[in-house]
Amino acid sequence: MALIRLSSPHVSKANSTANVMRLVLIATLPGILAMTFFFGWGTLIQIALACSLALAFEAAALKLRKRPLGFFLSDGSALVTAILLAVAIPPFSAWWVTATGIFFAIVIAKHLYGGLGNNPFNPAMVAYALLLVSFPVEMTRWTSPMTQHGGGWEIAGFIDTLQAIFGSVDAVFYDSFTGATPLDVLKHRGGLTTEELWRQSDVLSSGVGAWYAVSAAWFMGGIFLLSRKIFTWHAPLSMLIALFLTASAFYGFDPDNYVNPVVHLSVGATMLGAFFIATDPVTSATSNKGKMVFGALLGVLIYVIRTWGNYPDAVAFAVLLMNLCAPFIDQYTQPRSFGHTRANRGMKGKNQ
Amino acid sequence: MSKVFSFHGGIHPPGNKKRSTRAAIGKAPLPKTLVVPMQQHIGGPADPLVKIGDQVLKGQLIAEPISRISAAIHAPTSGKVVDVAAYPIPHASGLSEECIVIESDGEDRWIEHQGLDDYRQLRRQDLIEHIRNCGIAGMGGAGFPTDVKLHLSEDHIVNTLIINAAECEPYITADDMLMRERAHEVLGGIEIIAHLLRPSHVLIGIEDNKPNAIHALEAVLKDTELNIDIVVVPTKYPSGGERQLIKLLTDLEVPSGRIPADIGIVCQNVGTTAAVYRAVHYGEPLISRIVTVTGDAVLHPRNLETLIGTPFSTLLEACDLRPEALSKLVMGGPMMGVTVENDQIPVIKTTNCLIAATAQEMPLAPPAQACIRCGMCEQACPAELLPQQLYWFAKGREFDKAKHHNLFDCIECGACAYVCPSNIPLVQYYRYAKSEIRTEQRDQQKADHARQRFEARQARLEREVAEKEARRKARAEEAAKAQQQKAATQSDASPQPAAAAEPDAKQLKTAAAVARTKLKKAQKAYDEAVGTNADNLAELEAALNDARSKAEAAEKALAAGAPATEEGSGDDLKQLKVAAAVARTKLKKAQDALKNAEDKGLDGVDKLRATLVTLENKAEEAQQAYEQAANKPASPSPAPTEEKPAEVDIKALKQQVSIMRTKLKKAESALDGCEDEAEIARMKTEVNELKQRFEQATAEFDKAEQALIERAAKSGIDLKQLRIDAAMARAAVTKGERSLSKADNDDERSQIEQELTSARAKADELNLTLSQYE
Repeated sequence: MALIRLSSPHVSKANSTANVMRLVLIATLPGILAMTFFFGWGTLIQIALACSLALAFEAAALKLRKRPLGFFLSDGSALVTAILLAVAIPPFSAWWVTATGIFFAIVIAKHLYGGLGNNPFNPAMVAYALLLVSFPVEMTRWTSPMTQHGGGWEIAGFIDTLQAIFGSVDAVFYDSFTGATPLDVLKHRGGLTTEELWRQSDVLSSGVGAWYAVSAAWFMGGIFLLSRKIFTWHAPLSMLIALFLTASAFYGFDPDNYVNPVVHLSVGATMLGAFFIATDPVTSATSNKGKMVFGALLGVLIYVIRTWGNYPDAVAFAVLLMNLCAPFIDQYTQPRSFGHTRANRGMKGKNQ
Repeated sequence: MSKVFSFHGGIHPPGNKKRSTRAAIGKAPLPKTLVVPMQQHIGGPADPLVKIGDQVLKGQLIAEPISRISAAIHAPTSGKVVDVAAYPIPHASGLSEECIVIESDGEDRWIEHQGLDDYRQLRRQDLIEHIRNCGIAGMGGAGFPTDVKLHLSEDHIVNTLIINAAECEPYITADDMLMRERAHEVLGGIEIIAHLLRPSHVLIGIEDNKPNAIHALEAVLKDTELNIDIVVVPTKYPSGGERQLIKLLTDLEVPSGRIPADIGIVCQNVGTTAAVYRAVHYGEPLISRIVTVTGDAVLHPRNLETLIGTPFSTLLEACDLRPEALSKLVMGGPMMGVTVENDQIPVIKTTNCLIAATAQEMPLAPPAQACIRCGMCEQACPAELLPQQLYWFAKGREFDKAKHHNLFDCIECGACAYVCPSNIPLVQYYRYAKSEIRTEQRDQQKADHARQRFEARQARLEREVAEKEARRKARAEEAAKAQQQKAATQSDASPQPAAAAEPDAKQLKTAAAVARTKLKKAQKAYDEAVGTNADNLAELEAALNDARSKAEAAEKALAAGAPATEEGSGDDLKQLKVAAAVARTKLKKAQDALKNAEDKGLDGVDKLRATLVTLENKAEEAQQAYEQAANKPASPSPAPTEEKPAEVDIKALKQQVSIMRTKLKKAESALDGCEDEAEIARMKTEVNELKQRFEQATAEFDKAEQALIERAAKSGIDLKQLRIDAAMARAAVTKGERSLSKADNDDERSQIEQELTSARAKADELNLTLSQYE
């Protein structure tokens, strides 16, 4: 009888990293659909491009690192990174913008640090920050939502979009299909009060609904993941609450110069950030308490950078800064273990 | 009904329990041979009382507990003891331990036994002793000797007795079936334990997946006077963990590193209560238990009342094993059970379940993927640890950090590994880290011990030197006083007789060394005899004492005689010179060794440094002594000048003799080979001449040697003996060096080092003495 000796436990839950990633991919669907509906084919094309490039780069990096290809490619982590970057960049971005971003995300931010699980920074956010700093014009030329364009419900056609991404189009195309995002408008207000802005800006008066809808879609995806226990509520909730409270404080103090907290929650990448970026387990804090601290500081940073920084949206920079803090937060947020009166702090404690 | 609280984490693996509860508890067949391990419990292994060939009866004590935490072991059936040796036991290590093998005679004949009439009339002490004699140990899994827990009310206030009937591991139904069918035994056992511990409250914690057992218990509880509550807890693994169950039932957390009794709680497994009942009411020791035999590879999973020592194969056959389907054999549950590699391993007191799993049922774990820090393990951990952090620390050998993250609060329940999406064998990492840390601690302790020993020795040596010095001074003063008095009273008295009467230092030294060696030998013989329980112990002891007193006497004589003699006779200049040179060489060697060690950052630097300091002192001392002696031109006695030529000659003479012998032999062989008559005659005369010369040389040599021996004898030393001693001492040094290089642990090494040092000193001493006479 050929029996084997193994360490317990002898059973495990039918679960896998690939399964976790698959659920995350499914959760991005509402957001992707909403973006495609309001901003056109660009999003889908970017996703297709980003995913194929990500797989290619991942395979190349694995090959160079002499790791088994099939085993690691099938974990789906590259696809999640690709989708998060693809929905973050403007839908009409040129192909080389996407390619540069994916290369940086997969090869530099992930594999040079040791691959999945070892990267200190969120690869998609590293790539986004790089692109924003390197190609500011391309990265801020966001597509106008369809409700806002002229009188009709028009979005750029599939072919036009392909041309915009892979070839070149007239400047007219950009004039008619792209515009400032709500956060852009609110940032570069030119002496107007918030209330005046809302009345004068097309984006704010009629187009902001599209942004709200997209945020709602991301929120739905997040709730789905929460219900499947892929992550806990700690990081997203504390981030949203911190952002809301900070915004409320300033808005309540001076509503003319500061933006409504509800707007802060529902435009830009807030919801995407809260449910898909702040919850990236690899780069965020570990314990529940740590995740709350991580999320709260993230929320405050997003507000600070949005309001006083140079860039209209702040999620990427705030996330990267917080990634930097995560190991430190971990040291001071150990849970109180069973049977202990208090939690250990720091790296060396009394019970050494 | 009491309130149910909750603990953090936990998982809900598939129960797989129903399959083995359809049939009533059966009786396992009586196997031909039973293998009964001496270690079935936590604590010290039991000590066998039977020999090969002994006939035993069912229930007869065959091994007794040797320490407070240990359990008695009884023969599970009647038959003959056929072996007492190491056999594989059911343990995660897969190692073998001492077992008593009994060949059953098929009669299953009980030894005379009877229960206690009324245990309430007994002194508690006696009742606990009775339970201890019945070999009862916890039957839930750990196997902690029950009697130890029953003593707890003596030094703890026990408010609550918790009966653990949770049986949270999947597959296992032994406790479930026990409660269903023998609820009155369970209650009876609880009453006995409650009588001993006197808790104010008894709680039975049971998971809600055992409704039949709950009904059965409720039915019998109606008649009891005890304050018992059945607390039904939700099914969640590991609610049956002692600390987790206490939290569930009382909302109290047992502090880390403490035992439940420290917060007024004692836990007993429900199976243990039934065993206590049978022990007290029927006088039956713990020789059988209920084992769940289940898994997809058996056709008829069920519970079997099984004798301890029954091989797993008997149980599997009784439940119709499909051998071709079996891929893993697990003793215990799937979460914390132990896999065994062969089916001849026996059932022990803690074997609650045997899972014959197919490859589909318990597939091999897929290759581990990278940890993505998803934190699912943290949500599942009942000890509220950060399993993934512990994993990184264990993997990176950052054991300090792991300890700081409370690694030792991990109960190895396996919940983290169960939920891990990356299939990382987390528990294995923690076990590794724990054992590494324990090894480190042990090594640290050992190093500390060695250091303390060394420092103590160093202190002792220094003290001895100081004492010797003080004694020497005192004696010198006394001698000076005496001298003065003598000089005052008797100006013309010759100093000669006094010097002659002075005991010879060397002789004394040799005598002392001989006595010491004899003492050591005697001690060794005695130790060996004690180890093997030999008969002539008393004799050896007497010899040992004799040797000891002799050694002491010799030592004393030496201490009294040596310094005086050294002073009185005046040190031999040559000897001192040699001693100084030896000391210098040693010092140099030690310096080199230290430098080498420091360069390489070896561990023993401190030790070497200390040695160096001692050596430096010694070298200085030797040098001083030499200079002192050299600067004292008045002291040299006439003897050395007289004997010097003889000393030089002896070697030359020896050489001469051997040369002559060779020449003679050559000549003789030439003579044999020669055929010419004239040549032969010439050669013959030559040979005769040579013979004469050879004899002359031999005689001269003999004379010189005789003179030497006489001279040595005059100073009390047998030269031959000295030579032999010196050779033996040298051999001892070589042997010591060899065994040092072979020694594999620090304890041994330091011991050998000590021995080696003394051997070296002895050899040096002897060589020195020898060089003086040759």
